[in-house]
Amino acid sequence: MSSETQKILTTDGVPLEVSLKKAEKKNKIKAFLLVCPLLFFIIITYIFPIGEMFSRSIDDRMITNMLPKTFKAMETWDGKELPPEEVFASFLEDYRALAEKKEHGKLGQRLNKEKNGFTTILKKLFRKMKKFEEGNAKEQIMAIHKRFRDVEYWQAIKRTAPPYTAAKYLKGMDMYFDEDGNITQVEEDRRIHRILWLRTLEVAFFVTLFCFLMGYPIAHLLATLPMKYSNLLMICVLLPFWTSLLVRTASWMILLQQQGIVNDFFVWIGLVADDNRPEMMFNKTGTYVAMTQILLPFMVLPLYSVMKTISPSLMRAGKSLGGTPFIAFWKIYFPLTIPGIGAGCLLVFILAIGYYITPALVGGASGTLISNQIAYHMKATLDWSFASAMGLMLLTGVLVVYWIYNKLVGIDNIKLG
Amino acid sequence: MALPKYTEPHYRIWHYVYLCICGSVFFFLIAPLFVIFPLSFNAEEFLVFSDGMKRLDPDAFSLRWYKDMIYGTKNPWGAAAKNSFIIAVFATIGSIILGTVAALGLSSRHMPYKGLIMATLISPMIVPLIISGVAIFFFIAKVGLAATHLGIIIAHIILGTPFVVITVTATLSGFDHSVTRAAASLGSNPVNTFLKITLPLILPGVISGGLFAFVTSFDEVVVVLFLAGLETTTIPIQMWTGLREQLSPTILAVATCLIILSVLILVTAELLRRRSERLRGINR
Repeated sequence: MSSETQKILTTDGVPLEVSLKKAEKKNKIKAFLLVCPLLFFIIITYIFPIGEMFSRSIDDRMITNMLPKTFKAMETWDGKELPPEEVFASFLEDYRALAEKKEHGKLGQRLNKEKNGFTTILKKLFRKMKKFEEGNAKEQIMAIHKRFRDVEYWQAIKRTAPPYTAAKYLKGMDMYFDEDGNITQVEEDRRIHRILWLRTLEVAFFVTLFCFLMGYPIAHLLATLPMKYSNLLMICVLLPFWTSLLVRTASWMILLQQQGIVNDFFVWIGLVADDNRPEMMFNKTGTYVAMTQILLPFMVLPLYSVMKTISPSLMRAGKSLGGTPFIAFWKIYFPLTIPGIGAGCLLVFILAIGYYITPALVGGASGTLISNQIAYHMKATLDWSFASAMGLMLLTGVLVVYWIYNKLVGIDNIKLG
Repeated sequence: MALPKYTEPHYRIWHYVYLCICGSVFFFLIAPLFVIFPLSFNAEEFLVFSDGMKRLDPDAFSLRWYKDMIYGTKNPWGAAAKNSFIIAVFATIGSIILGTVAALGLSSRHMPYKGLIMATLISPMIVPLIISGVAIFFFIAKVGLAATHLGIIIAHIILGTPFVVITVTATLSGFDHSVTRAAASLGSNPVNTFLKITLPLILPGVISGGLFAFVTSFDEVVVVLFLAGLETTTIPIQMWTGLREQLSPTILAVATCLIILSVLILVTAELLRRRSERLRGINR
């Protein structure tokens, strides 16, 4: 600022610049205060819990908390040969304390996940330790079972010492830490999660593709028809959009069942024999058909709002300059609709990748997706840390999709109507 | 869309093929909804069209499942509907208040870190629902509100506010701020200006955002599945259980009622959109 502008004063003698800045700051604070309630509400009830999901997914303090003295004694043990008397004594002490609280079973279960065979020997220890004499814990414990004489079992306990673990994430990718702490793949016939991830990606990709192939023509028709017809046809898009997801899933369950109308129709036109009706529900076909119909409005609406802004004279100009309708469409119209295509595909893909209700109802065993697995662990096995880990892996995937989208199309180009 | 007379034959054929494709896609979108209507009046227990129905025999149709929905023994629908409405109404009110106030701040040109804050506020809408469900469940369980109405209402406010924020900021983007300045210069205080000038003008946006929030809450099942207890089952939960266990025609009767409700919501939303466009047209 030059010295001349500083000379301009307001009526109360303050330089204009200072006064303006003050007013600006006041406005900023005012705007921020308006946003505050919702911002804090979302941060406390939503953003923090997502953070909590992360800490839950890597938290591994359960054993550390159950065997505090053992771990303290193990600090000096090198982990190569059998631990010294001190470790055995503190282990016995910790285990007695757990048995008093009736939590010794939990420890057995948890340790068994680290190394098979812990449950049996700990149960044996529980029965015999009442008759133990004072002192000399090492010999008495080792006498119970040969596994207590095996250094590998003590190493397994020591391995659980770090308070954090990536084990849940590895489990989500069908891998685990073996006895030596190396990352290993599970046997081929037990790799269920990888199949689910791939299937989720596959379903999301194809549903997006189908929605695009079906949505593009009708969005174009809606955008080019005269208002009075397009408003009427728009109902066909908006009514499913506003209708309950469960209602739409229910109607697909009725349509696709073996005695359902779709099968009736196939029999009627002679495509299939009456006694050989194909199974269209409880498999991937059902998932694809139902999800495409349910997510189609999310593709049509952004496409429509972009197409509506494209002037028809552009196509006419292209044609008048000698382009065939197809060339005019491909060179002029299509590139202009890319923001809409991007928005629609992003929306449908993100919705499809986290889909839960429809696959659970019409998908059957071969139609379940990763979200069903997350819900299963939340509700049935109660392995919340594993559910959190898989949820965060899914979230990372979604964020990667946003990032790629931003690189390719630019997130600012998104138009949602 | 009539074709000009000089159109070449193969383009003419292509045009009709295109119309056929569009027609079948529209059919694919809307037809499934119309299957539910006639089957909900089925006199029999099966979810297929009986021979009597195909002949349009009046005896094949009945209101049996609607009676069952309302008066049936151990009927869960009444309580579920009551819960659903209570939760949806309060969640909508909460979303509208929080969302509108935040949108007012966001559309001010003085707002600092606008992009970041906007992204945070609408994040519940762009994060897959199952993840939101897990996160919200952890919060609600921690504060001890699991299986209560309040817990589900809070969950639905989280999911509903992004819609209000988006629709109201969109409405405010076409808002002529000189009218509020005019009100201020005529001696009105900010609250009065908001209630008398701004609110009536942005009302269509507020209500359509509220409609979105209402439908989101009324139709929400993923998060409620984690949160609901026996006393707080909602219509979607009841439908979910019914669809998983046995698909009875009573569910179709409920579904028909829900479709009628969505027609009403669609009409309201459409009228509001037109009114909003008209108002913005006048402002321009």
